[in-house]
Amino acid sequence: MTMLKIENLHARVEGKEILKGLSLTVNAGEVHAIMGPNGAGKSTLGNVLSGRDGYEVTAGSVIYNGVDLLALDPEARAAAGVFLAFQYPVEIPGVNNTYFLRAAANAQRKARGEKELDSMQFLKLVREKLKVMQISDELLHRAVNEGFSGGEKKRNEIFQMAVLEPQLAILDETDSGLDIDALKQVAQGVNTLRSPDRAFLMITHYQRLLDYVVPDFVHVLADGRIVESGDKSLALKLEEHGYADLASGAAA
Amino acid sequence: MNQPASSPLVESLLDAPLAPSGIAWLDAARHENRTAFASHGLPDTRVEAWKYTALRALAQRRFIAADESASNHVVDAETFALPGIAGPRLVFVNGVFRGDLSALENLPDGLSLQPLSQALQGDAEPLRFSLSRHYREPGEAFARINAAQACDGVVLRVAAGKSISAPVQLVFIGTAAEAELAWHVRHVIELADGAELTLVEQHVGSGEQSQLATLVSDVVVGEGAKLNHIVLQNSATGMTQIRRTNLRMQARAEATLHLLELGGSLVRHDLQAELVGDGATLRTRGVFMPHGRQHIDTQLAIRHQAINTTSDSNWRGVASDRARGVFRGAIVVAPGADGSDAKLSDKNLLLSPSAEIDTKPELEIYADEVLAAHGATVGQLDERSLFYLRSRGIPLGEARALLTAAFCRAVLDDLPSADLREHLSNLLNTHLPA
Repeated sequence: MTMLKIENLHARVEGKEILKGLSLTVNAGEVHAIMGPNGAGKSTLGNVLSGRDGYEVTAGSVIYNGVDLLALDPEARAAAGVFLAFQYPVEIPGVNNTYFLRAAANAQRKARGEKELDSMQFLKLVREKLKVMQISDELLHRAVNEGFSGGEKKRNEIFQMAVLEPQLAILDETDSGLDIDALKQVAQGVNTLRSPDRAFLMITHYQRLLDYVVPDFVHVLADGRIVESGDKSLALKLEEHGYADLASGAAA
Repeated sequence: MNQPASSPLVESLLDAPLAPSGIAWLDAARHENRTAFASHGLPDTRVEAWKYTALRALAQRRFIAADESASNHVVDAETFALPGIAGPRLVFVNGVFRGDLSALENLPDGLSLQPLSQALQGDAEPLRFSLSRHYREPGEAFARINAAQACDGVVLRVAAGKSISAPVQLVFIGTAAEAELAWHVRHVIELADGAELTLVEQHVGSGEQSQLATLVSDVVVGEGAKLNHIVLQNSATGMTQIRRTNLRMQARAEATLHLLELGGSLVRHDLQAELVGDGATLRTRGVFMPHGRQHIDTQLAIRHQAINTTSDSNWRGVASDRARGVFRGAIVVAPGADGSDAKLSDKNLLLSPSAEIDTKPELEIYADEVLAAHGATVGQLDERSLFYLRSRGIPLGEARALLTAAFCRAVLDDLPSADLREHLSNLLNTHLPA
């Protein structure tokens, strides 16, 4: 079943066209890796899909579960099941991590017309997820991302994802800046969350993450377009030959 | 430099006759302050201390002096209940002491607490130093009229070495009367050497009716004494409130002040602190959060006058709609106050293009080996943080409130009890701009 259908997407940032006709279809249960050189538009794609200000869509469409995703506010997209794991998670001093997560979970539930969780129910949910994600509960008592190491921030993103249970998870370079142990932990978290109802869009620069989270499809994004798609072997080919050949091939 | 001394406000405040106290020095002081008020009137914005708070509109208003029915207004005790806190309490309605609402039975050993009106009937001599003061600065108009007119207030003493465990509550309620009222209260608070006290001062009210209140406090913290003073200013929307606190700290005295300035239409607080004893430590933490057309002005003047004195001030301002916040933090380290440490930080959020915050840190150092850090910022909510919260499903309005609350919360640290922390935090949350 088609979850996400991106067609001919054009988007500008500060007047500069970054996405130039990107098309991509993602079905429930699939894991797609989006790879590409720096400046290809990878992060722009994640930001456009999650509704960040400053990204102007000039042409094309994004249909998510039958609705026009681009017409929704960021919070409505989240309530509809879209989750972006940030490349640079934001530190929010003074806001407790648990409080924040409960506010988010309940805001989403409210928007969907579901009953909100009381603090006991929420704590139970959080404890379960901590266990599954193998994350220490010390993280819960701190302010959101404040003073977290790079690895802790990324793990916190995956933990939030586990609690919020999105349908479409977009991971924006979640592997960047991680050492191999942290990378394995993050990958293990993602693998735990793979399910027939959930799809992943993993934006990454390196093939490394894909050793641990094996994608169903690999796409190469270059100069604002998908220039090549294939299975996981494409990622290995890229690792061997780099992006240069592909980019020039696209231009030809 | 003053406005014409006479104005409808000045005339109306002078309409009230002086009430003879039967104490010669007090009557003389009242008379002199009244005469000074009559001949100088209100300060205008050319007086530095009033540069950002114009009194032109206020000067055109008239207030009636006495509320004949202040003793009979029905007041809901819920308006000043503090969850988890039960202790001695003094309650004033429209400036008049209300024994029926107060709690003065079984005062703890070492605590003396009574309304000024009663204290003056006994031995008034201990009050002479405070109450015979003459105010000479051009910006002190409201202190003058307060000195002339205030017949009631709080007289509180903690005996040497006594630690009062339950917080003492002071409650000032402004409630609608038959006319637009002016009322004045005067407090004398003393912690003798080694005494300890937590004081919770609340300003509450209801209704839109205009009132003018002046409140002047003299607070002395003796050698090695410890004061926690929490002020919750949540006055009614029609309140013009002018408060002044004269704080004097002896050697090794410690005072921690938390102030939430939330209510009122025009609110001004002058805190004049003098660290006169070696090793005295003053901490001030405050939030001012004007919205609508509120104008809230806080003026700190901290003087380090002895060696190794410490002051640490941490303030947050949040202005929305067409509101205005004013903050002046002036620190003087006087000659000889060597080894002093003076910190001041004032961070502000402007939540609307029509809101305004004027912040002015001032530092004058005349001593040696002084540590001083000073900073003021005015900014807006961080767009990246807002997007982060929204991307997790938190609606924009809620995300803004969450970040604003977090911005203010830092100043609620080191409150003396978890109950108070929760109460202040809740109070802040209910005032967050939508």
